[in-house]
Amino acid sequence: MESNRKNVPQGAHAATAGGAEPNYINAHKGIWSWMTTVDHKRLGLMYLVGVLGFFAVGGIFALLVRTQLLGPIFKGASGKQEWLFSGETYNKLFTLHGAVMVFLVIIPSIPASLGNFFLPLMLGAKDVAFPKLNLMSFYVYILGGAFLLFSIFTGAVDTGWTFYTPYSSTTSTSVVSAVLGVFILGFSSILTGVNFIVTIHKMRAPGLTWVRLPLFVWAQYATSLIQVLATPVLAITLMLLAIERTIGVGIFDPKLGGDPVLFQHFFWFYSHPAVYIMILPAFGVISEIITINSRKQIFGYKAIAMSSVAIAVIGFLVWGHHMFTSGQSELAAAVFSFLTFAVAVPTAIKTFSWVATMYGGSLRMNSAMWYAQAFLFLFTIGGLTGLFLGTLSVDIHLHDTYFVVAHFHYVMMGGTMTAFVGALHHWWPKMTGRMLNEFWGKVSCFFVFAGFNIAFFSQFVLGTKGMPRRYANYLPEFQYLHQISTIGSYLLGLGFFITLCYMIQSLINGEKAPPNPWGGRSLEWETDSPPIEHNFHHQPVVTHGPYEFPEIDHSQAPRGGH
Amino acid sequence: MNLGSALGNMMAQAANTASWWKPMQASSHAVAVDTLFNFIMYLCFFFFVLIVGAMVYFIVKYRRKGSGPERTSPIKGNHTLEIVWSVIPGILLVLIFAWGFKDWLAIAVVPANAMEVRVSGQKWNWTFTYPKDGIVSPDLVVPAGQTVKLVMTSTDVLHSFYIPDYRIKRDVIPGKYTVLWFKPEEEATHQIFCTEYCGAEHSNMLSKVKVMSSAKYEEWIANGGEEAGGAGVPLAEKGKKLWEQRGCVACHSIDGSKKVGPTWKGAFGTARQFADGSSLPAADENYMRESILVPNAKVVAGYPGVMPSYQGQLNDKQIEALIEFMKSLK
Repeated sequence: MESNRKNVPQGAHAATAGGAEPNYINAHKGIWSWMTTVDHKRLGLMYLVGVLGFFAVGGIFALLVRTQLLGPIFKGASGKQEWLFSGETYNKLFTLHGAVMVFLVIIPSIPASLGNFFLPLMLGAKDVAFPKLNLMSFYVYILGGAFLLFSIFTGAVDTGWTFYTPYSSTTSTSVVSAVLGVFILGFSSILTGVNFIVTIHKMRAPGLTWVRLPLFVWAQYATSLIQVLATPVLAITLMLLAIERTIGVGIFDPKLGGDPVLFQHFFWFYSHPAVYIMILPAFGVISEIITINSRKQIFGYKAIAMSSVAIAVIGFLVWGHHMFTSGQSELAAAVFSFLTFAVAVPTAIKTFSWVATMYGGSLRMNSAMWYAQAFLFLFTIGGLTGLFLGTLSVDIHLHDTYFVVAHFHYVMMGGTMTAFVGALHHWWPKMTGRMLNEFWGKVSCFFVFAGFNIAFFSQFVLGTKGMPRRYANYLPEFQYLHQISTIGSYLLGLGFFITLCYMIQSLINGEKAPPNPWGGRSLEWETDSPPIEHNFHHQPVVTHGPYEFPEIDHSQAPRGGH
Repeated sequence: MNLGSALGNMMAQAANTASWWKPMQASSHAVAVDTLFNFIMYLCFFFFVLIVGAMVYFIVKYRRKGSGPERTSPIKGNHTLEIVWSVIPGILLVLIFAWGFKDWLAIAVVPANAMEVRVSGQKWNWTFTYPKDGIVSPDLVVPAGQTVKLVMTSTDVLHSFYIPDYRIKRDVIPGKYTVLWFKPEEEATHQIFCTEYCGAEHSNMLSKVKVMSSAKYEEWIANGGEEAGGAGVPLAEKGKKLWEQRGCVACHSIDGSKKVGPTWKGAFGTARQFADGSSLPAADENYMRESILVPNAKVVAGYPGVMPSYQGQLNDKQIEALIEFMKSLK
């Protein structure tokens, strides 16, 4: 890549600036040019393909899990009978679903694919600060994914994605391979985080001050901080688990003198902040989509930017709310509960601000905006149901039931994945140079929205009734709710399948995209669609905020101080 | 009858049955937890309607109509509004926290006059030991009106002891004791679940709470942990009941199908081939007894040696009943 760059004559850019300059996709040809690329846009695209591929794999596991839960046929002396998978197989399926979705899909989804692609473009930079590190982090991601999926062929894992000890230190399944995979994936996450932090600090275009940054960049910044600070703890924890399993040093297993609850503290010290690694980028996406399509300044720019940072900081101090029933001290539980409520405030501020942004706007209801509204609806439910679980006494009843399953799916799937798919619709023209079909975009959004609610709202009821999670079969009284949920999951799957179809159609013969189809003011819209290899023809200079749209009526008295 | 007691009766009635979305309320914890649950739910309804209502209203009202550019408001924020929507939710959140904490302390602190029962969790069944009477039982049998304290531990991995009707749950941890308490009010049967994932038969790690009248409970204790009328029951039938209750069913089929462990159908009296190469021409009473108490002494070839020992959890009468049941499975 470096040598390629040197081969380009110095005057080439000026000579071809009229639009004939090749874009990043066809600037170089051949598979080798992709495998050795350090172009953040190509890497973003490769991450995107990887993430979507793993999303399909994780989704198939989910549908198998839901199909099993259509219901055992109740008969026989013991009152119940397996019907599709044995308990062991079912346990491996839900473990793989969780591990793939968390570590290979949601964590890298927005930051690694869209973040890589758009962060330098939004900053007016030619690339991220460390392009070669970026390439390395991609290969580390693929290697980690390979280890994780390799474990399927060596007996798979049956511990759940949480790897709780001492089950994980004693089960005969291939925990070490899976844990090593997650360990390696952590490095990919750390390297991306470091790269983004440096890029945001050092590579902003002239005039692009911190308060002129698009909120997507702010969200990426907060996310990267957590990735860099929290991920090493997960790495150490998983390393300790692997050491315990392989050479029998007692750390977590009480038979060897260890403490199983210690593992939970370590694990959630990473994995709770990781929840914010997963949701903060989605917040950034929603800020962009709603604002651009409302043609207004965002309501409370500073409050939204600072609440991301506040969530990132307080998010480090709430891990114990996953352990209210674990026997941790009463005082610790009370402190964790209180801090959990504290983190709800900045989240509420964001939600109110997004809705208020639409007030007095001129709303363009394109498919990205449909997905953004679906996000608001689903994330509101996800966030509010968190109140039940943060409350000490109520959590005792709901802990480890389907209520928890429903809650985190509303946040992770209804929140992050809905925002991710919305972001794909929003930035697809820029990434591929093609428009997506608006009609089918809305049809898919409808199926995703309806299917999701059917699949997961029924699980709130299941959990309240007392149905425990991670059950391969269940008592007859839970069956009809499980069947409703499974039907919803099929509709959800259909919605995503429709999305896949019109995305492929767009790549083949979609309408050509203009440079700025949505009238955005941030820098990614000031270059070609798709962008040229070095992003901009000339060094961009920023003279305005990211949301100063021409429609804004400045003859009205401006209100609000931000 | 005044309104208060009428209302009280209604609530008591509602508490005795499960609704379509909540388990029955069988303890004071259950009433407290449900009251707060409902309070949070109404708050959530309010905020949900506020947020989604505003969202839908704005979509309808401010949707772009023509094709030309429309003017939009220059509004960038509003300090008063932002303070209001930070402070009011903040106050409500502190209220919910304090309320939840108060109720939770009541669950955490065990009253002084409690009757103690030891709970042992192991893959994949529960064992209840009554220390005063030396009784070991697969069900949690308690007298109505008596406060019960559970002292729980696990012999292998993490489990979690959950009774939805009482709204109580606590992890059961190897190498450590955890405590739960409840006060059953009425004679009834309640479901017990394991809610901490523990492996292949996690979803079959079930048991029951049986709340009896004091008289019946005394009789149960006097019978050594068997319900009245057990005298005339054939030993094999008792064995079948134990097979279901003590978790044998999770790993051993009685119809010849292969599960985690070997089937019991036709097992008694037939040849056994072991993993270490040795063999037995015909499985007899001594072999069966050893397999229950020291399971890993002889592991049948082709099966993992994962069965936990039942030493101290089954008495001689129960082991005899189980062997008698195996004999009956031809």
